[in-house]
Amino acid sequence: MNMLRLFTLGMAAMLISANAMAAELRVGLKSEPSSIDPHYHNLGPNNAFSTQIFSSLVGSDENQQHYPDLAVSWTPINDTTWEFKLRKGVKWHDGSDFTADDVMFTVERAQNVPNSPSSFVTYLKGKTFEKVDSHTIHVKTEKPYPLMPNDMTTVKIISANAGKGASTEDYNSGKAAIGTGPYRFVEWVPGDRIVLEANPNYFGDKASFDKVTFKPIKAGPARISALLAGDVDFIDNVPPLDVARLKKDSSIEISSGSSNRVIYLHMDQFRENSPHITAKDGSPIKNPLMDVRVRKAISHAINRDAIVARVMEGIATPAGQLLPAGFHGVSTNMSPLKYDPELSKKLLAEAGYADGFKMTIHGPNDRYINDAKVAEALAQMLNRIGIEASVETMTKAVYFKRASSGGPNKSPEFSFMVLGWGAGSGEASSPLKALLHTYDKSKGMGAANRGRHSDPRVDGLIQKALATVDSDARGKLLAEATEIAVGENFGVIPVHYQQNTWASKKGYKYTPRTDERTIVMDLKVN
Amino acid sequence: MTAFILRRSLQSILVLFIMSLIVFVGVNLIGDPVDMLINPESDQAEIERVIKELGLDRPVFEQYWYFLVNAFQGDLGKSFVFGEPALKLIVQRMPATFELALFSLSIAVVFGIPLGVYAGLKPDSRVSKTIMAGSILGFSMPTFWVGIILIMFFSVNLGWLPSTGRGDVATVFGITSSIFTLDGLSHIFLPAFNLALFKLSSVIRLARAGTREIILQDYIKFARAKGLSERRVINVHLLKNILIPIVTIIGLEFGSLIAFSTVTETVFAWPGMGKLIIEAIYNLDRPIIVAYLMIIVLIFVTLNLIVDITYSLLDPRVRIKGES
Repeated sequence: MNMLRLFTLGMAAMLISANAMAAELRVGLKSEPSSIDPHYHNLGPNNAFSTQIFSSLVGSDENQQHYPDLAVSWTPINDTTWEFKLRKGVKWHDGSDFTADDVMFTVERAQNVPNSPSSFVTYLKGKTFEKVDSHTIHVKTEKPYPLMPNDMTTVKIISANAGKGASTEDYNSGKAAIGTGPYRFVEWVPGDRIVLEANPNYFGDKASFDKVTFKPIKAGPARISALLAGDVDFIDNVPPLDVARLKKDSSIEISSGSSNRVIYLHMDQFRENSPHITAKDGSPIKNPLMDVRVRKAISHAINRDAIVARVMEGIATPAGQLLPAGFHGVSTNMSPLKYDPELSKKLLAEAGYADGFKMTIHGPNDRYINDAKVAEALAQMLNRIGIEASVETMTKAVYFKRASSGGPNKSPEFSFMVLGWGAGSGEASSPLKALLHTYDKSKGMGAANRGRHSDPRVDGLIQKALATVDSDARGKLLAEATEIAVGENFGVIPVHYQQNTWASKKGYKYTPRTDERTIVMDLKVN
Repeated sequence: MTAFILRRSLQSILVLFIMSLIVFVGVNLIGDPVDMLINPESDQAEIERVIKELGLDRPVFEQYWYFLVNAFQGDLGKSFVFGEPALKLIVQRMPATFELALFSLSIAVVFGIPLGVYAGLKPDSRVSKTIMAGSILGFSMPTFWVGIILIMFFSVNLGWLPSTGRGDVATVFGITSSIFTLDGLSHIFLPAFNLALFKLSSVIRLARAGTREIILQDYIKFARAKGLSERRVINVHLLKNILIPIVTIIGLEFGSLIAFSTVTETVFAWPGMGKLIIEAIYNLDRPIIVAYLMIIVLIFVTLNLIVDITYSLLDPRVRIKGES
């Protein structure tokens, strides 16, 4: 009798806890944010995480399209002024009201966070903010600036009241972590867990979960086994190798979708003698990559379908430009270049390299999905057209320094490199500006142009686009710039677009995001 | 004894200083932290601002000088990634690693010594042979793989134990640890066993070898001839004498358990120092790497000292030099 009572009690306790669990979500994250302070570190994991606690003026949905967040409208009232109308009746997590003063405070603070390893100055400099009334803000720029709404998706608005004099530590401890977002901050135990709870006063769609616990689980196999064991309900960054197996598991739901990240090749186009290219007998030759026919030959030699099917396990899309279709400013005339090794050989012969040459392909081995394998596949394909390519991959910590500034006078060291670019702004100016505009320190252009490709026509089109407020006209200019820089000049060679994969237990379904972010609001309960 | 400890302390400071120089110069040769930290969309001006902010625009030896000056005031620098003092971040995660190391060391000792002594006493029995074969497996299987297999078997297939993270903590006698709660124990068991496997194997082998050697000694024969019970012979005369090599190994291995539990902590997402250092290495968070290695050196130096002192307590033949 006693045993039976104990048993019933135990069962009852289990049922109660099972009920309580339904309202709690446990997430296995690959990358833990480095801070709760939304302005401390302008980097992927932090920006994604802070979206759950804080709101920005302009929201960015799963396809990086804009929607009204704390601003209900944004319109250019003249060439150099944007007007943001703020949402009324929004409450901070501490119960106080959201007004234009909070925005003014945010703009000031976001540019002056001590020790910030990557700041939001990038999105705020050159802009003058003015408070018009308690719910209207004017933003002035010197020149017409069309990307204002894009920039305003990035900066999270903080409470002036809670943030006054607050340091990054105060946000990490939760003291100042007061937002307007759908979830409230509860606690952060670095390396162990971050806990959030639903904000009942959120102005948008109500939170689906009462409590969310994020657990950083860096190792891929460990993340998957935590999901299979039921220790977490939802994980991000599923390694491609495991996707096929998880798809067969009836208790697991997989969601994957195209990302804004293109994997592409940068080629040395600024040195007569490129350090990692020689003739086949090892004697120095004039850098063949300066010749557009050689670059075109290389692009035609890449069997993108094979890379997607074999190396990427089908979880990628062949790329013909810098962003997949659907994004603003992409060209409708460009598709992935045809695989045609015969044409490649002909082009090489025309350029005077009928015998090919010797080259080292450099790439990271822990930055992009299957990056080292991609580099190896590329080398084999180039060998087929007579370019004797060898591969050298290294950890990202070493790779990026050498790729950007490992050569003499801080010039890029490598001749031919595998890289990736995710368009944070969700439109084509981001990769064009950084990868293909002439490297120009004073203008802040071409910061990641590691091949130093340079074409005044492309520069002109990019600059014109960046000063064109009319959205359609700007899109056309960007598409034209892409057609010249990628389609004609082969300034970079796109290989494939990555796809991101999330996995959850049955009953939940994640809406894949192009910006690779893992945000609980996009996890729907069936 | 005092002179001995004093001299050892001075040596330790010298070791720490040399270590800091090697590590500091070493980490400054690898990569550029700014590439790891910065948003790729940043322009050249922002990149330069960050280089300056982190003090990376100054020559290495100037950076080292600042590090030394601050280190003498107990400040080992601020983490590039977290913007908080490196020492604070490491100390924050120390309890998790210590409890994991202690728990796995207990597993190694509690199971390893009896198994090893048994295998030494009855070397030809089938059980002993199984124990020894098992210890070879424990030596040779890679920790990462064993960890994943443990998770697959005990968490995914059987569903007995949680696969990831640290459990609830409780405070007993002023010590906050997860081993005081049932949830915590269920979380610590798999990672601790994973970490213990290698040490368990070495303790078994040492205990067996010691037993085999000592069981033939005259004083054991004499003890038996005196008519002492087998239990007393083993527990007192045998155990005491096989402990010296085991204490050495345990002492030194405890250091390596703390310092190099990185693989286990990564597989089980254990929020300890190991996970912190491995991520710091990936992100080139130099202040954390330097501070971590300094602390590890300090731990090793201290453990060696404790081992030396324990020797003299266990075996009067071992005299600490400088005492006389």
